[in-house]
Amino acid sequence: MNNILSVAFDGIVYASWLFLMSAGLTLIYGVMRILNVAHGSLYALGAYAACSLAGAWLTAGLPAAGSFAMLLAAAILVGCVFGPLLERGLLQWMYGKDEVVLVLITYAVFLIMEDVIKLVWGVDSMLLPEPYALPGNFMLGGLAYPVYNLIIIAIALVTGLALAFALHATRRGKLLLAVIHDREISMAMGIDIGRVYLATFALGATLAALGGAFTAPTVAVTPGIGVEVIVLAFAVVVIGGLGSLSGAAIGALLVGLVRSATVRYWPEAELFSIYAVMAIVLIARPKGLFAAQEARKI
Amino acid sequence: MRRVPRFVLHALLAVFAILLTGPVAFAQQPLRIGIVTLISGPAAGPFGVPARNAAELTAEMLNAGTVPAPYTQKGFGGRPIELVIIDENGGPQKQVAEFRNLVPRVDIVIGYISSGDCLAIAPVAEELKKLTILFDCGTPRIFEDASYKYVFRTGPTGTMDNVSVALYLVERFPNVKSFAGINQNYAWGQDSWADFEGAMKTLRPGVEVKTSQMPKLFAGQFGAEITTLLGSGAEVIHSSLWGGDLEGFVLQGAPRGLFEKHKVILSAGEPAINRLGARIPDGTILGARGPFGPFAPDTELARWLKTAYADRYQVPPNYASFKMAQAILGVKAAYEKAKGGGSDEPDQDKIIAAFENLTFEGPGGTVKMALGKGHQAVMDAAVGTTKVQNGQLTIVDVARYPADKVTPPDGVKSDAWLKSGLKK
Repeated sequence: MNNILSVAFDGIVYASWLFLMSAGLTLIYGVMRILNVAHGSLYALGAYAACSLAGAWLTAGLPAAGSFAMLLAAAILVGCVFGPLLERGLLQWMYGKDEVVLVLITYAVFLIMEDVIKLVWGVDSMLLPEPYALPGNFMLGGLAYPVYNLIIIAIALVTGLALAFALHATRRGKLLLAVIHDREISMAMGIDIGRVYLATFALGATLAALGGAFTAPTVAVTPGIGVEVIVLAFAVVVIGGLGSLSGAAIGALLVGLVRSATVRYWPEAELFSIYAVMAIVLIARPKGLFAAQEARKI
Repeated sequence: MRRVPRFVLHALLAVFAILLTGPVAFAQQPLRIGIVTLISGPAAGPFGVPARNAAELTAEMLNAGTVPAPYTQKGFGGRPIELVIIDENGGPQKQVAEFRNLVPRVDIVIGYISSGDCLAIAPVAEELKKLTILFDCGTPRIFEDASYKYVFRTGPTGTMDNVSVALYLVERFPNVKSFAGINQNYAWGQDSWADFEGAMKTLRPGVEVKTSQMPKLFAGQFGAEITTLLGSGAEVIHSSLWGGDLEGFVLQGAPRGLFEKHKVILSAGEPAINRLGARIPDGTILGARGPFGPFAPDTELARWLKTAYADRYQVPPNYASFKMAQAILGVKAAYEKAKGGGSDEPDQDKIIAAFENLTFEGPGGTVKMALGKGHQAVMDAAVGTTKVQNGQLTIVDVARYPADKVTPPDGVKSDAWLKSGLKK
């Protein structure tokens, strides 16, 4: 029983982290039809900015609890600066091009950002363990778990619910859904597509940075951390269906639980398990679990 | 007529002197050494950049003649050396292409941290007939599965690391009944685990393996793995994690009591000392892939590297720095042995002949090119335990093992040696 409990909890924690990464990726694809490889760089930037901001906060001797606010501030800062910078400075000139071309463009951005990060922060790892250890542990099934894991679950839940509410219960959200459903008709109805794109990309960038910022206290922030994340986030988004928020949530949960069970019962297959889930789902549903049905256009 | 000012006369004399001595001073072409190390990517911080720093420092101080004995002669036998530095990042296929481009530009190549890169480069070095010294990679397969004329390795293999930590463990905990592992799912992690498991089963027949966790390289997050280890009931946990993965494992495991509940072995943990310091819990068994860093014997060469490196880079040199300095000094020793007392610079074949079975001094102690028909180094091993004293991490209870106790005899493969009960 304890084993099942620990597998479920570890799976949910991992799923929460995956969801934070994949929500922004799937949102950007849904609205803009861009498979944004630079999402991994925004995650890495969030992590590095969090280390710098929260590190400076703690070095100044300010209350340790305030470092959580610094993590959030780092995510917002990265999202609000780099999101609009990339969208207005580069991507807006590329709309209308083939999706593969856009993947290559964002991949180029990803490579450039990797070097920019190295130039700014160097090659040594950055550590920010204080926020992880600060809330202490709790016991579950006789094993110690960090309370910080509950914070990650809470952030993912709040993010998911807030996004769902904003999309389905607000005017701006409905405008966004209209663009996802049909861009041309939306334009014809007077929706300012440029503004929708800008807002979507900034929001997606902030979500990526949020994932990075709140992951920073649990890992060593090193060059290349964005690579690992973007591969996993792609897998989750493909399982859930490109452009589907609920798909990203279910995909993250599925991958999280399968990985956690594999680590416990068949650790040699951990690397394979995530992609096995993806392969099985794609065999059964080639467009993912929750991909929207597209109307045939004549 | 006005007199020519004295300082103008001095300047003219100085220029005249330079013109006279210049051709003599610049007659000797520098020996060009290609240095290949990870300058970008996740392994740059813990290994690649410390190795590059050590290469630049060693080359500069050799040229100035300020390295202690027996390396006091300037450059290589009086000939200055010049480095051409290449990034190792990008994988074996890219490295083979980079190596082919590098070979015509240099006289000797020293490099390679990744075992995958070493396995790919060795046959190409042989094909291109270029003296190539592998300085860090650990896989024993290089000289166990093949024989090379142009390839040497001046650092010990990974087998030594894991046999030495197993010996250290059973000497201190003779009644150990079970162990578990967490190692990265690629050649290094798999080989390290296989060597440790093999050594433990030989040293303590009947010992039980509880679980072997194999997370993806650069996974960074080990929540589920730590839960499994905590619930495994294993007395000992072995890990060859390195870089960001190792740091993440310690940061995530320590607050959950992993290091209190289990005896943890970090077989390649030494580079993390500079990053994590006192965050590495007390009682952790630590290796440094040889007698390097804090395990280095107290010699003039070790003191030189530690002082000069720390003065320049404000951090102590780690094992990657030691191994790079050792490789350069090893080639220098072979070069000067080949040159002998003569004035002619030795050709490549003479350097190779001098290098085979050579014994030389490095900052980590005596290095013997004893395996792989005289192309593979062996060294004594050292293992210790962490202890935080006055807020600083220190290594206590250091044990040293002679090279022949932790490495197979020449011609015997590591896995066969482990299965044979570590017989000599």
